[in-house]
Amino acid sequence: MTESDYKQILTNGVWTQNTGLVILLGLCPLLAVTSTVVNGLALGLATMLTLMISNLSVSVMRDLLKPEIRIPAFVLIIASVVTVIELLMHAFFFDLYQVLGIFIPLIVTNCAIIGRAESFASRNRPLASLLDGFATGLGFCITLVALGAVREIVGHGTLFSGADMMLGEWGRHLTLVIVPDHPGFLLAMLPPGAFIGLALLIAGRNAWAARVNRNRTVPVAGINMDSNEALQ
Amino acid sequence: MNTSLRAILKSGLLLGLIALLGTLLLATVNKLTHDRIIEQEERRVLRQLNEIVVASAYNNDLHKDVLEINDAAFSRQPVTVYRARMDGHDVALIMRVIAADGYNGNIHLLVGIDTDGTLLGVRVTSHRETPGLGDPIELRKSDWVLDFTGKRLDRPGTDGWAVKKNGGDFDQFTGATISPRAVVKAVHQTLQYFESHQQTLFAEATDRALEND
Repeated sequence: MTESDYKQILTNGVWTQNTGLVILLGLCPLLAVTSTVVNGLALGLATMLTLMISNLSVSVMRDLLKPEIRIPAFVLIIASVVTVIELLMHAFFFDLYQVLGIFIPLIVTNCAIIGRAESFASRNRPLASLLDGFATGLGFCITLVALGAVREIVGHGTLFSGADMMLGEWGRHLTLVIVPDHPGFLLAMLPPGAFIGLALLIAGRNAWAARVNRNRTVPVAGINMDSNEALQ
Repeated sequence: MNTSLRAILKSGLLLGLIALLGTLLLATVNKLTHDRIIEQEERRVLRQLNEIVVASAYNNDLHKDVLEINDAAFSRQPVTVYRARMDGHDVALIMRVIAADGYNGNIHLLVGIDTDGTLLGVRVTSHRETPGLGDPIELRKSDWVLDFTGKRLDRPGTDGWAVKKNGGDFDQFTGATISPRAVVKAVHQTLQYFESHQQTLFAEATDRALEND
């Protein structure tokens, strides 16, 4: 692997093949927990960590894993990793765990993770797989944070509320009031707001990508579902 | 042994090995985090309880001095009762009750009552009411729930134990009557239960305390 390959892995995960905005995988947690930035960030980081560890483990074992046991092995590895993360969050970020609740164990069902294990980690070396996990996770995390920010500003008029759940007491001071005396906009806080917000983000990303790469072919959300052909 | 059988066995063993490794990892992490999780849970319960009965008002292990009521006429689910005592004298009870008729499922409440039947405080611990409409029952969203503090069964009286829309004493919210109505009803029923069972609740509290000693 050359340096440009690593660069390509990064851009793929974060931008070209962004899980939330282009591949459209893992939308259930994406839509459900993004009512605030902090919730989105927490789930995004947990997902990123899962992706990195599962990609690395799968890649290390890739020569041993015959095709017939590959999928069950992935499921075992991913489920173990997620449960470990869940236990650690329960022990060390108790309040956050209370808020994110069921969505932490549900990281297991995020197709993006098994997708990366199958399409990337089982065919590439550990370092590249780790980087791919990081890049994909980062892309997902950025999407969660962006959607969380849009919904929190429109819905509550604040940013970073609840940061104390993640960072301890001093996090309380991080809350930014963007719109003072915001009456609360229900639509943004409820699931429809998540759908509308995500649609706007996807549209925005597509428009941007189309402008930046006017002369190149650009994968558009929902059409190019096959990830990283370039690397295979 | 033919080759395909060997391949199957090898794959099966490998899968088993991965499962074993995963189990080992989980068992280890579980062992390492178990105590801390229990401790965190206890701390959370104690923090909730101390919002209603201040820590200086009692000197027993409030979150461990627990009684469970199974009375179908009062609540379909068992109700946990925490007993606050000072030097062996009963100070207050905190009951973990459920208002089952919220707009969107159960509203979980903590209701604190002192020995003469006055409400020390009510808190909503979890609910799924509509954000922005029904959620002012949370103290984080509004101080509506503080209205209960100091109320008794006979103050405001039977008619007063309702939302204003129904001629009672308690405010409803714009666009949401069901959530506050459910909370008011549950607190009222808890006070009624407390009045008719006060002796047993406190007697049992004492019995239990003796057992513990």
